[in-house]
Amino acid sequence: MTEVKQSPPDKQPEGEPTWIQRVAPQGIDLRSVLVIPLLAVLTALVVGMFFILFTEGANAILPAYGALFSGAFVGWSSISETLLLSTPLILAGLSVAIGFRAGLFNIGAEGQMTIGGLTAVIVGFSVQGIPGIIHLPLALIAGFLGGALWGFIPGFLRAKTGAHEVITTIMLNFIAFRTMDYILKLPAIQPEGRFDPISKNVLESARFPRILGWLPVDGASGLRLHLGFLVAIAVAFVVYWVLFKSTIGFEFRAVGANPHAAKYGGMSVAGAIILVMAFAGGLAGLAGSNETLGVLGRAAPGFTSQIGFDAIALALLGRSHPAGVVLSAILFGALRAGGRTMQVQSEVGIDLIVIVQALIIIFIAAPELVRAIYRVRGGKETGQLTRGWST
Amino acid sequence: MRLELRNVTKRFPGVIANDSVDLAVSSGEIVGLLGENGAGKTTLMNILYGLYGADEGEILIDGKVVHFDGPGDAIAAGIGMVHQHFMLVPVFNVTENVVLGVEPTAGPLGAIDMEEARREVREISTQYGLEVDPTAIVEDLPVGVQQRIEIIKVLFREAEIIVFDEPTAVLTPQEVEDFFEIVRSLRESGKGIIFITHKLGEMLEIADRIAVLRRGKIVGETRPAETSREALAEMMVGRPVDLVVDKSAAEPGEPVLSVRDLVVQDDRLHTAVDDVSFDVHAGEIVGVAGVQGNGQTELVEALTGLILPIAGKVTLNGKDVTLASPRELHASSVAHVPEDRQRDGLVLSFDLTENLVLDSYYARPYSRGVVMDWEEARRHADELIEQYDIRTPSAQISASSLSGGNQQKLIVAREFARETKLIIASQPTRGIDVGSIEYIHQRIVEERDAGAAVLIVSSELDEILALSDRILVMYRGKIVAEVAGSEATASQLGLYMAGASA
Repeated sequence: MTEVKQSPPDKQPEGEPTWIQRVAPQGIDLRSVLVIPLLAVLTALVVGMFFILFTEGANAILPAYGALFSGAFVGWSSISETLLLSTPLILAGLSVAIGFRAGLFNIGAEGQMTIGGLTAVIVGFSVQGIPGIIHLPLALIAGFLGGALWGFIPGFLRAKTGAHEVITTIMLNFIAFRTMDYILKLPAIQPEGRFDPISKNVLESARFPRILGWLPVDGASGLRLHLGFLVAIAVAFVVYWVLFKSTIGFEFRAVGANPHAAKYGGMSVAGAIILVMAFAGGLAGLAGSNETLGVLGRAAPGFTSQIGFDAIALALLGRSHPAGVVLSAILFGALRAGGRTMQVQSEVGIDLIVIVQALIIIFIAAPELVRAIYRVRGGKETGQLTRGWST
Repeated sequence: MRLELRNVTKRFPGVIANDSVDLAVSSGEIVGLLGENGAGKTTLMNILYGLYGADEGEILIDGKVVHFDGPGDAIAAGIGMVHQHFMLVPVFNVTENVVLGVEPTAGPLGAIDMEEARREVREISTQYGLEVDPTAIVEDLPVGVQQRIEIIKVLFREAEIIVFDEPTAVLTPQEVEDFFEIVRSLRESGKGIIFITHKLGEMLEIADRIAVLRRGKIVGETRPAETSREALAEMMVGRPVDLVVDKSAAEPGEPVLSVRDLVVQDDRLHTAVDDVSFDVHAGEIVGVAGVQGNGQTELVEALTGLILPIAGKVTLNGKDVTLASPRELHASSVAHVPEDRQRDGLVLSFDLTENLVLDSYYARPYSRGVVMDWEEARRHADELIEQYDIRTPSAQISASSLSGGNQQKLIVAREFARETKLIIASQPTRGIDVGSIEYIHQRIVEERDAGAAVLIVSSELDEILALSDRILVMYRGKIVAEVAGSEATASQLGLYMAGASA
């Protein structure tokens, strides 16, 4: 007994949270909610330095990270871009997060974005002659419903047949991409005179208006941040309310944390799974709509630009809490915005951002690693006090 | 050989699991380690077995300090452990299980010498009167025999000190007798035994010396001849304990629950409940006795709407509820204390408030439409915590941080606090401390006296005998006997539980 072992026993006691419960903890424990993600980000940036060191040399580190920071946060233009890029990430992140809360791994945000973005566009250019105050919400509802349909399918399959949502959502992504390719070549969708897969432009009345024009700075009217950001923040509040203040959210969380107890409590596990997947799909649909009704103003292949996959990462980083998701999405938006500046101003390419994001997720997925590096105590073990030695 | 734990202390964040514990066992004696769940028995044994390091203190063998960095070291030093949950490979035969990890080999290629292994297993088996066929497949064997395989495993590894962790939990009363014979024969042949249990009667019967652990400390050592059940219980709990449930004779009223020709399949589609019929009347407690795995689990799940029966009829106050959902039964004032509280009864990561409205959240006063009224739920929770004596710093901590007894009280509070016409309680006191058992038993009797029909399923005979006004015995899915509670004896029920017909 020279060595004092702190680690818990090998065998996991019954009732130990699964990994999915760990990424969607019920209580707010400040340590696990804030400390580990922040340390993970920090560690990822430090490891990222080594990549620059080996590829471009030590002299490139400072300018690259300087450009990354200034491109993300310094000046109104940077802030506008950061928040603009974070907007779809917030919505898609909420989609994945609410799935995690219900014990479901929604890898289909990308496909749900695709379908939702497309339905929003169709309403956005085909419905004419109504004011923006009606048209934009109408297009958003269409986007929500399109995504919800795409989320409903794997939810239904999971609830009724047991088909695992990881498999079905991945496959539905592929189907969504090819469906979009087909729809974008239909005469009713394609602009006249075009033969590549692309949609007509969304009418001005269905586009998100820019919101920073009032700033007393030069070129404020050119700042691209639009109303979609505020919509995303509002949706985060709605998701928070649903999860923690409504009976439906109580069911979602119970089903996610312990489906047996949920069933015992008289809840419909199948119903909750279908509902939560449809809701998650709808949120991803809003993320897609944000792209097609925002900066792009139309739909074209690849408009989702991997946001649905980054959403998985940032939902993990945000511990599947709406507030965490918003903060993580802004961080990822900042990395994307800063990464562009870094690419332009230094020798380091934007690919570094992909590496840094991947590293963040590795460190989030391996909290023990982060704890070991920084000797963080406590956190996860809190719930275990009574189990370690119970007979 | 003499094994000694000296001044062993183990701290977990916030709690001292073992506090300067001294414990010794010598060859040829049986030392009983008695303590409630959570008293620190298992931690102590994990330290002894090398699974944990102690923060302070030392382990001595024949007066010499030893260090164990893992079970391998402990085994090499001659310590063997028979766990509560067997660690056997079900599809392997007895010999294969015994030699797993220490296979005798022969020939230049190191092939396993099964012939030699079988011979040794047979030898050990006869020497200690274990009566195990070395070639039998483990999953075909009864639990009692599987336990003997665990014992052979330990003997095969040449253990001199053997630790038994709650060894009788899974045995029928007859198997317990056989098991005690084996333990005694191990003692005669010079093995030292540490016998861990929370059952007082067993301790008095088998131990030469009894050490009582309470809240991590050894609070006393005694001998069976010098003590009594009452005295042991008091040492274990720290206050006088009422071991007999105080209840008057039942005054049964109308039948509340009627079960007719019920057939239920388990999840592997085997018939688990086979054509069962019985009634439970208002104001009586009916106990279902039986060795675990004889269909009680499926019976309760079918009666509470968690699985659907494939034939038969269940009525509640005359209303057909054969296919009713858990929600419908809840609305009809059926309370259910589930067998596995952590799997079915609680969402461990939820706080106490959330758990206390787990099955009533959907309606007033806890919600209006889809809007939860958490303030009302919290008020309700604070009330129940007070009323049911749930020991917790607040209602806002997760259920996982409660002790087993308090988790069970949480469920009992949730289920009993509303109007109850029928209570179905499965293993209501499994694995919880004596104080909580006493409390839950009282509550059950109170509910009965208030006119509820009560169905108790338990594999603890003592519990069935203490509570029941009428006892049904289940064996292989059938009810094989019905006995009046006042006339039943443990030995008679034990026979029925083993399959003798009434």
